[in-house]
Amino acid sequence: MNIHVNGEAREGVATITEAVAAVTEARRGIAVALNGEVVPRSEWDRPLSDGDAVEVLTATQGG
Amino acid sequence: MANSTAAPNALPDLKIADRTFASRLILGTGGAANHVQLAEAITASGTQLITVALRRVDPGAGGSILDVIEECGVDLLPNTAGCFTAEQAVRTARLAREAFGTDWVKLEVIGDEDTLLPDPVELLDAAETLVAEGFTVLPYTSDDPVLARRLEDAGCAAVMPLAAPIGTGLGVRNPHNLALICDHARVPVICDAGIGTASDAALAMELGCSAVLLATAVTRAADPALMAAAMRDAVKAGHAARLAGRIPKRHLAKASSAFEGMADL
Repeated sequence: MNIHVNGEAREGVATITEAVAAVTEARRGIAVALNGEVVPRSEWDRPLSDGDAVEVLTATQGG
Repeated sequence: MANSTAAPNALPDLKIADRTFASRLILGTGGAANHVQLAEAITASGTQLITVALRRVDPGAGGSILDVIEECGVDLLPNTAGCFTAEQAVRTARLAREAFGTDWVKLEVIGDEDTLLPDPVELLDAAETLVAEGFTVLPYTSDDPVLARRLEDAGCAAVMPLAAPIGTGLGVRNPHNLALICDHARVPVICDAGIGTASDAALAMELGCSAVLLATAVTRAADPALMAAAMRDAVKAGHAARLAGRIPKRHLAKASSAFEGMADL
């Protein structure tokens, strides 16, 4: 299955929870977009489909 | 004496939507060399609200800015920096709400990378959508009084006109426009972007702004904590001067020492 997490192809990632775990251990201050739309944390167990793009985002310095 | 209470000359708090702030300086965090320096600047500035951007997690990042925010006891205002379209900005705001549990957003929709000036059409579109979704919207806008009014009419909780383009440090380029916006606004006007040094921040407040938002002027100063303290004092001084009521400007001199009673020398 072809899944991209933060722009990189990832193997063995079946859910959003697994996609988050692939890039960070943090859970505080994290938000996830699946194909551009926000996915609430309560729905992170949602299975991913081939071609899905997951963005895992957090706070950084910015004006 | 006019002021004989326990807190003589106390300045009124800033009210935005349902929140109240004693400090009228909002600090952006972009450009800080490291989190230690940033924490020192936040503390020295006396700010109660700092902005952050939303970006991909960096697996190699040492420490989170969220720790700095917690340590300093300030509130967080997420921005939509880097967005070029209303759709991008709206999605970013929704993600920020999910990440940080706040419906406050500094709405930023820029027109191009060279000037970083707001795209007024996309900005207003995004503001209308986010207000309808229950966000407390603080839009970064150009110093256009008409656009400021349209954003206010759209339900924004404040308007945030620029002093000059982001990161230029040029100070208040169009004081007349900024004053016009302040004179007509029924929501707080926060001067956002382009501040270079303390006198710029003081001028923005003297023109009638309710608060000043700045980042680069502090974070890229040679001594960020010292500049943060200077900005804290400048915002207070400008606010006090505005409330005190400046004297009218005159073309000719007016002696403050009376001529009456002069000795015949």
